[in-house]
Amino acid sequence: MGESESENEAPKVKLRPIVRLGMFLISHSHLLSVVCCTAGVLTLLLLPLLAKNTYISENALMPGSANPMLSSQEVSEANGLVKDLTSLDLKRMASGIESQRLIAQYMSNLGAEVSFQKFYPQSNQFHPLHFFSSPDSATIRENISCSSYGLNTVGIIRAPRGDGKEAIVLVTPYNSEKIGLGEALSLGIAYSVFSLLTRVTWLAKDIIWVVADSKYGEYAAVDAWLRDYYIPVFSGLGIQNAEMCHGLEENTIRERNMRDGFKRAGTMAAALVIKVADRSEQFEDSLSIYAEASNGQMPNLDLINIVNYLAVHRQGLRIKVEKMWSLLNCKWLKILGEILESLGHLAKNLNPQWKFGIPAADYVEGTATLTSSLYYQALGIPTGPHGAFRDYQVDAVTLEISSRVSSNNKGRQNDFLLRGGRLIEGVIRSVNNLLEKFHQSFFLYLLTSPTSLYAHANNLDPSFEKNESNHPASAADELGITLRSWKWLYAAKKVLVVHLWGAVVLLLPYFICQIPNCTPTTSFVVWVLLSIFSLLILFWILGSPFSYVYASQPQQREWALLKSVTISAAFIGLCLMSVINFATAEIGALLMVPMCLMAHPLKLDVKSRKLRNFSRVACNLALGFIGFPPTAFLVFKGVFEGFDGISVGDFWNWLESIWAWSSATYLYIGMIHLPCWILCIHVILHPC
Amino acid sequence: MELSFTQGRWNYDRWGGFDPISSSNAKPPGVELWAVFDVPKDQVDASWKNLTHTLSGLFCASINFLESSTTYSTHEWGFHPSSGGLRYGTLPREAVCTENLTPWLKLLPCRDKAGLSALLDRPSIYRGFYHSQRLHLTSSEFHSSGVESGIVLEQALTVVLQPNSHKMSKTFSSETKLQPSWSLSSIFGRKVTGRCILAKTSNVYLQLERGLVTGLENLQKDNMITGPDHVGSGGLKDNPGFELSVRPDKMFKEVNSLHGKSSSILYEYSIERYSVFEPFDLGLTWKFPVVWSCPRAPLHSSRFLMGSGNQRGTIAISFTSTDLEEGFLSANIGEESCKLQADIFQVVPWYIKAYYHTLRVFVDGQPEAITNVVEKMHVSPSEDKESPGVMELVLKFPCAVKSAALTLEFDKGFLHIDEYPPDANQGFDIPSAVIIFPNFQTSMHYLEDNSSNKSPMLSKFQEKSPVLSYTEVLLVPLTTPDFSMPYNVITITCTVFALYFGSLLNVLRRRVGEEERILKNSASKKAGRLPQLLSRLSAKLRGKEWEPPQSPSTSSSFISSKLILKVFIVAGVAVFWQYYSE
Repeated sequence: MGESESENEAPKVKLRPIVRLGMFLISHSHLLSVVCCTAGVLTLLLLPLLAKNTYISENALMPGSANPMLSSQEVSEANGLVKDLTSLDLKRMASGIESQRLIAQYMSNLGAEVSFQKFYPQSNQFHPLHFFSSPDSATIRENISCSSYGLNTVGIIRAPRGDGKEAIVLVTPYNSEKIGLGEALSLGIAYSVFSLLTRVTWLAKDIIWVVADSKYGEYAAVDAWLRDYYIPVFSGLGIQNAEMCHGLEENTIRERNMRDGFKRAGTMAAALVIKVADRSEQFEDSLSIYAEASNGQMPNLDLINIVNYLAVHRQGLRIKVEKMWSLLNCKWLKILGEILESLGHLAKNLNPQWKFGIPAADYVEGTATLTSSLYYQALGIPTGPHGAFRDYQVDAVTLEISSRVSSNNKGRQNDFLLRGGRLIEGVIRSVNNLLEKFHQSFFLYLLTSPTSLYAHANNLDPSFEKNESNHPASAADELGITLRSWKWLYAAKKVLVVHLWGAVVLLLPYFICQIPNCTPTTSFVVWVLLSIFSLLILFWILGSPFSYVYASQPQQREWALLKSVTISAAFIGLCLMSVINFATAEIGALLMVPMCLMAHPLKLDVKSRKLRNFSRVACNLALGFIGFPPTAFLVFKGVFEGFDGISVGDFWNWLESIWAWSSATYLYIGMIHLPCWILCIHVILHPC
Repeated sequence: MELSFTQGRWNYDRWGGFDPISSSNAKPPGVELWAVFDVPKDQVDASWKNLTHTLSGLFCASINFLESSTTYSTHEWGFHPSSGGLRYGTLPREAVCTENLTPWLKLLPCRDKAGLSALLDRPSIYRGFYHSQRLHLTSSEFHSSGVESGIVLEQALTVVLQPNSHKMSKTFSSETKLQPSWSLSSIFGRKVTGRCILAKTSNVYLQLERGLVTGLENLQKDNMITGPDHVGSGGLKDNPGFELSVRPDKMFKEVNSLHGKSSSILYEYSIERYSVFEPFDLGLTWKFPVVWSCPRAPLHSSRFLMGSGNQRGTIAISFTSTDLEEGFLSANIGEESCKLQADIFQVVPWYIKAYYHTLRVFVDGQPEAITNVVEKMHVSPSEDKESPGVMELVLKFPCAVKSAALTLEFDKGFLHIDEYPPDANQGFDIPSAVIIFPNFQTSMHYLEDNSSNKSPMLSKFQEKSPVLSYTEVLLVPLTTPDFSMPYNVITITCTVFALYFGSLLNVLRRRVGEEERILKNSASKKAGRLPQLLSRLSAKLRGKEWEPPQSPSTSSSFISSKLILKVFIVAGVAVFWQYYSE
């Protein structure tokens, strides 16, 4: 095709084929970008089809190759603990130290080393300068009062013949002030495994059991423990303060434990967070896996695979992964699924080797899971306490087990504990088998199916590449014309100014939340007003690049230059973001790429009254509407959860949660998405 | 020279850290070797290499890895003070198994066929918590005191075992739990059936620790109060706490001037009396529960890593006071300048690039100036791929110290791809640091009946040696390359090379002027009828003057577009045929 196009130029200068190909692409950039965009979107829709079956790629894990050793004896002990805890809870609601003491007593009876760790709740206060760094210790210890601290209980089993270089972590969050049955059961499961592991001979890694005090949130407790584990503070008054608060009520043995202080055991190999859901399932015992950590980081796929394999094939639990439930009833998705199914049948008829058809129901389910996986990764907020581990490069997942009936009868509860315990035991045994750290399998993937997990790291990249590849093409098109003259500098300056404004907008919420008692809606409105105000001020201060451009060159192509610079800025931004958080970049590209490419001045379109131009106007308006982050958020929220009860305050809340977790998505929205949207709107409304 | 193979960790809290056994027999996991050479300085390294290879052959272990200069170090005045000829190396990852024990046993005169070593049933030894075999060679001409010249070989095997009949009593309060009773046959599964004929003496010693003796005395006092008719005659011979199945031949009591409380007791059993028909099976049955703790080193030390990520980290060594040596401390506390001395000897491999200027010391939670605490310091920084970094410190803490910590920052280096071990993704080991408390001597003097037949064990106990403890081995995760990367690199470079050479050949082979002339000729001579017509037609349609096709691109393009059309038609036919044939 390239040759036929360059027919005209052939007589003049005979160019190299690669140059001819490039010129061909440039001359057809509009068509090309449309094709690439649709291909990208189509690939995204096709992903459930293209997903591959997973396998456990590390052979040393050998999940399920040994018979579980957990017997009813351990379970009955664990039942004792559960009973003690619940009775303790019924008796009194006084000082929470009692339950920790009970657990510590149980642990030390097993022969484990027990220590307590105090921590102070840390308010998730937004600070513009501490966005990427964790807050330093000075700010943590600002206002310590003796009454408000959490107390983690940590038990460590030393592997009898191991060298103590590595450790596996079990975490059971529980609220020390009010212990629910689910939390007591999760403690029971962990205890049964723990008591088994004190006796086994195969242990090669130490086991750390952290009973995290989730009085101030599960994440905070685990994070505090990890911070003490990895970045301890040797100097400081906090320790002495804590000693003073606590010194009164210790008996002899525990006093020594306390003084021996923080106990450690080697490098962490993996961490499991065990939770038992309070709600009960209708059909069968099921297991939910939460894996997303901050900024869309995922644990090694092998860890999820082991859990999945053991739960399904050994313990008969049903695996659930989070999905967008509202997508399950989508009409068009079903139709699309059916089309794809029939296409798959057709392909299979043509060649039995082509097996890409999956049933329509599976397709819909896969899409729902994919969407939620994409969303949670893009959000950049960890979905559970396992997120804290990922910050220290430890692979961790949260397992939430829910039982069929609200387990009041004894036999059911025993069975439940036995199955949960055996699952955990199997996982620990697999990780214990592993000599090296997890490194074999994927760590960049999206989950598409709950029953057997699919992953795809490789086939994701081309789809994104397609989305991206249109940028340089069209940008070069516009730029190629005027690159020689330095006119594009003005446009670049304008883009830079708008991006600067984006940074200013990012910092505004810090000041807004200093305003006392603000409802989300009012603060959102204040934020918008301030942003507009700052935009105006910025233009006024920086000598209004608009007028300057007008004065210097009253030429028509100014908007085209602006558009091309915008596109290249968006391209750079998306590329950067895809390194940090791929899912965010993916969703952002879906919204931003068509918007940037379609942008065309309204005036020009309205002047030439053609159908094509009117459709372009409509597209531009729609894309401009959906591209604005608040409206995009509200529209999607409305589509998925229903439109009643939606207010603009929701967006503020959502944004607040994002910056509280210091997610890179926040930066993305402020620094890349919003400026590009403003620039696109500017292009659309350009008075040329 | 001393060589030790160890599996498991010595638990300094539970198994003691202040007696001769723990400070001389507790070793870091893996292999530890040190040797002093009495050769000229330039030959020391050569003889070290020789030694490692010999030992590795003897003991079926990979001690020969210690020959490379990155693994061993030399130190000036750490724990075995010597004049320059000392080399020290450890292999923390060496797995210890029976294949290392058998050569060790072969050095014994009766191997494990007779005598005490007959007890060494392999499964029961390796089932234990801790297992360390040690080989100590002293050349007596090296010792100036030695009259007779020769080499003294000392072999020691230290095992910590769990009694077999260990059924955890499920009463959840440690007060009522009875200690597990044991006997030699229940622990080892074997009995001693007489001594090795070649052996001069063959004794079994049973030591009751100080804490235990104190506990027993208290128990006896209680008993005396409750039952006054029971009068303890002859010390602890028939004590209320436990019962021995065999009466000891001798009993020694420790002479100590320092400890005011009580002293440990040593029972001696001579094996000579026993035979196959009357095997020796020592057993101990507890009658009353006694809780006691072992003597511990003045400071409990632990070492750990701080920080995360693949770029940098921090090694921290923390000390906590064990508060058990009140006798020692209170004796000295009157003086103003009471100092607790601790020597640290730390070797780090070269890929852990420690920055020694970042050494910081915290005492009781307060940062201290280094000069206040560090008495003496000797550092030899690591050289890349040449030598490990060595740090020797003499610290002086105030006696009342509760806790102290040392931190040292480091950068993680990069290794060359063939320097990675096969299991590189596990991480890399930092060998144990050695911590010595030179002010505290572990020696036990036992009251002896007659000093003429001084048994070697007792004299060993009397030797003065500083309290010594090892810290944990650390595991540092380093950046590891994707080891399938070479494959990718090879494919990519091959592609680039192919492209480069292809175009280069193209340029070199072509003679452009010649080619164009030939093409022009051939085009004017035999242009196809159809393409010529078509091009003429298209030129007319465009309203341009037709000129004869000069480049082959026109005709080739027409041919190619036709070709594509044909291919499409054929493919379509094939698809239809396949579809309807089924």
